[in-house]
Amino acid sequence: MSFDFPLLSLIIWLPILFGVAVFATGHDRNAQLARYIALAGSILGFMVALPLYTQFNVASTAMQFVENYVWFERFNVNYHIGVDGISMPLILLNCLITPLVVIAGWEVIKERVSQYMGAFLVMSGIVNGVFSSLDAMLFYVFWEASLIPMFLIIGIWGGPNRVYAAIKFFLYTLLGSLLMLVAFIYLYKTSGGSFSIQDYHQLAIPLTPQILIFIAFLLAFAVKVPMWPVHTWLPDAHVEAPTGGSVVLAAILLKLGGYGFLRFSLPIAPDASHYLADMMIVLSLIAVVYIGLIALMQADMKKLIAYSSVAHMGFVTLGFFLFDAYGVEGAMVQMISHGFISGAMFLCVGVLYDRMHSRQIADYGGVVNKMPIFAAFFMLFAMANAGLPGTSGFVGEFMVIMSTMKISFWYAFFAALTLILGAAYTLWMYKRVIFGQVANSAVEELQDISKREFVLLAILAILVLWFGVYPFPLTEVMHATVDQLLVHVNSSKL
Amino acid sequence: MSFMPPDFAPASSEIFMLIMVCVVMLADLTVGQNRRYVTYLLTQATLLGCAVLTFSSFSNEVVLTFSGMFVDDTLADTLKLMTYGTVSAVLIYSHTYITDRGMLRGEFFSLILFATLGMMVMISASHFLTLYLGLEILSLSLYALVALRRDSVISTEAAMKFFVLGALASGFLLYGMSMIYGATGSLQVTEVAKAIQNGVNAKEVLVVGLVFIVAGISFKLSAAPFHMWAPDVYQGAPTAVTLFIGSAPKFAAFGFVMRLLIEGLEPMASDWQGMLVILAVMSMAIGNIAAIAQSNIKRMLAYSTISHMGFLLLGFISADANGYSSALFYIIAYVLMTLGTFAMIMLLCRNGFEAENISDFKGLSKRNAWYAFITLLLMFSLAGIPPMIGFYAKLAVLQAVVNAGFVWLAVVAVLFSLIGAFYYLRIIKFMYFDEPETNEPILPNNDVKILLSANGLAILILGIFPQALMGISLYAIQNSM
Repeated sequence: MSFDFPLLSLIIWLPILFGVAVFATGHDRNAQLARYIALAGSILGFMVALPLYTQFNVASTAMQFVENYVWFERFNVNYHIGVDGISMPLILLNCLITPLVVIAGWEVIKERVSQYMGAFLVMSGIVNGVFSSLDAMLFYVFWEASLIPMFLIIGIWGGPNRVYAAIKFFLYTLLGSLLMLVAFIYLYKTSGGSFSIQDYHQLAIPLTPQILIFIAFLLAFAVKVPMWPVHTWLPDAHVEAPTGGSVVLAAILLKLGGYGFLRFSLPIAPDASHYLADMMIVLSLIAVVYIGLIALMQADMKKLIAYSSVAHMGFVTLGFFLFDAYGVEGAMVQMISHGFISGAMFLCVGVLYDRMHSRQIADYGGVVNKMPIFAAFFMLFAMANAGLPGTSGFVGEFMVIMSTMKISFWYAFFAALTLILGAAYTLWMYKRVIFGQVANSAVEELQDISKREFVLLAILAILVLWFGVYPFPLTEVMHATVDQLLVHVNSSKL
Repeated sequence: MSFMPPDFAPASSEIFMLIMVCVVMLADLTVGQNRRYVTYLLTQATLLGCAVLTFSSFSNEVVLTFSGMFVDDTLADTLKLMTYGTVSAVLIYSHTYITDRGMLRGEFFSLILFATLGMMVMISASHFLTLYLGLEILSLSLYALVALRRDSVISTEAAMKFFVLGALASGFLLYGMSMIYGATGSLQVTEVAKAIQNGVNAKEVLVVGLVFIVAGISFKLSAAPFHMWAPDVYQGAPTAVTLFIGSAPKFAAFGFVMRLLIEGLEPMASDWQGMLVILAVMSMAIGNIAAIAQSNIKRMLAYSTISHMGFLLLGFISADANGYSSALFYIIAYVLMTLGTFAMIMLLCRNGFEAENISDFKGLSKRNAWYAFITLLLMFSLAGIPPMIGFYAKLAVLQAVVNAGFVWLAVVAVLFSLIGAFYYLRIIKFMYFDEPETNEPILPNNDVKILLSANGLAILILGIFPQALMGISLYAIQNSM
């Protein structure tokens, strides 16, 4: 496949087109058809994304697979897309998660199947668009558009308090992104009429506007990540969302925030980033430690994993603001690995919820007696969530902690607390749910996982172990890009 | 002394319209109630004829006639063509509604045509008196339209309020115009601009006149704090009339602002910019916050209009072609969205049932997934979420505001649109997250079906490809300045 082939466009638009096709099947009479089209679309979406990895030039720091067309001249907006070592792994992650989500909802979703499946496919395409946009306006359009399917997924197929959660999710995210829009328009004016992100990277901006721009971006991305103290929408959204929604939210949508920091905040406002780095590190550490403590106290499994997501994402933002290759790469590895692990954790809870219709830890106990295979998988993912060496959860955290140590012992000390806290809240939950005597008659009747669920969990388990033992394929592709980014960020724009 | 008749050609569409209104009225006398569709078709044909006439005279030249009282330029032609299209869509959308409610009478059509004539005159006016004339033709027809259901208390009350406040606003305008005349010695817009540019002795008189004119304009635009009539009129008028009031006259209002404030009083931009900032911020604040509290959908949309008018005014603040074209783009997008939204409300009305409350949208996605999807597009567009056209409208205006150096104003504007997003989301919530209260099917006529689907999809498609409309807006403004 040559570079002239519009591969990236295909990766963006193929899932969206399939999504529209799934919508078109309409009524639940055609549910089975909708499922198969969705499965075909999502698998095909993953297949077409593979060349992105195989054809990727790891030595290059330039954008690859670039396509650039005029979109609308009035504001000099271009359909300009391309990937580098930062966005490429995230696109692959997204393309991988989509078929898993489709399979996860296969039998579980019985109402409005076409809308459910279609929404996930459309969202998959939109998220690919976010990761590959090199034009700020294109980025913004994809960024906001991704809210719409998620809003509907939470609101239609969610739990009892879904309306509140859906609206909170939407408005919270919108607040951040609207200020980002103003920042874009301001940059458009200062750059003399360009929405190109690469132009913005080269733009010299005085410190005060840089700080304001940084804050505008911070609000947008911190809400998405989410960082403490703007994380409160996440537990609500996660708890109310259907399993597939939680998986995508944790595995993909949170990564949009992390990606935003690397693509916008750091390179566009490097001086402000350095200026505010301590604040960012402290906020990240609060997320790691304080949210870790909160997670310990949760009675609801999904809420517990949601808080653990916040804590783990704290590592990501921590790694970014160390301005060190290990830190940034560690954070990137952490993002990808968190995509697998949190996705898997939510799937595990989904497996239990589908059978028992409860997420309360207190309703379970002794599940291992009835579901041994499931318990084994859950054990692996729980360990990975706790950061056990040999799983992908360990690699990112270890790299970030090492890098933190270079800056300050105390920062590293608090960051390393996560290894204890993470183990505490995950394993304690695991113990209460899985081990012990069979707690009640409902648990007594549990069936072990089906083939469908086995495939889902097995794929993720392999990935978690593989990247835990051998993360090189991941770090290899991002190395050149991260180095170049750091050179850029560490040179002043003033 | 020989009499030279003025050049009638630039006003051919207005003249045609006037003749046809009379024809429609006369023709309507001869057809019976069961053949009223003749009137309807004749009305549509009139609009089509006007469109042909306007289109054939489309040129880049600015032609003045009637001693400089009337102008035919690109802006006028563009706005008129959009007006015809909108009025025609209004007629298609409201046909079933008015038939069911016994309002399918000749008056409805002739009043709408008269109002359209008023709009055309406003759009093409290049003299303060012509502007005023057009405005009154439009307003008087609208007062009557609102009161079309004589037996409805709420409609007559709304009409009364509309009339009293509208008359007051007209008084403001006339008073302001008289002061401008006193200071500059002319009422022809370019003459006024020239006189102000050359410097006038009585600057105070001019500024006081300006204040009155801006107040009058905000009345007509329903910008806060002169917005009081809008919620009552939107709620009280029959929905078909609300649709009309909420859509086509906005083009005329845009033309009105362009002729008065921009072409006539642009040399005083530094004076009116500050006023517009206050009006814009107040409109966005009052509109968005008050809309949250509404349970009546028409009232809610009235407040939403107020907030959108605030956004529109932001476009004028930058006082350059970039800003005006952004405002024009905004108004086009806005009218498209309003048309679709009110059409949806009328679709939910059944014989003997008025869809008035937001809760009437409950469970729409289960009753009819397609129309729920169209409404979803409309609501996200009104909230300014990409990739719908409403987002690009906001983007264009915000860009103009930031360009003029008002970054803080852009921040205020986006914060209010965040508040605004809530009540649009609430409608989506009712449609998608709630169970329907009735399972009555939604069965529109074929013409409504096609038009509404096209209207909804246009919101999305024009959002994905916004260049065409943006280009038209820029072209219309640049060629007329």
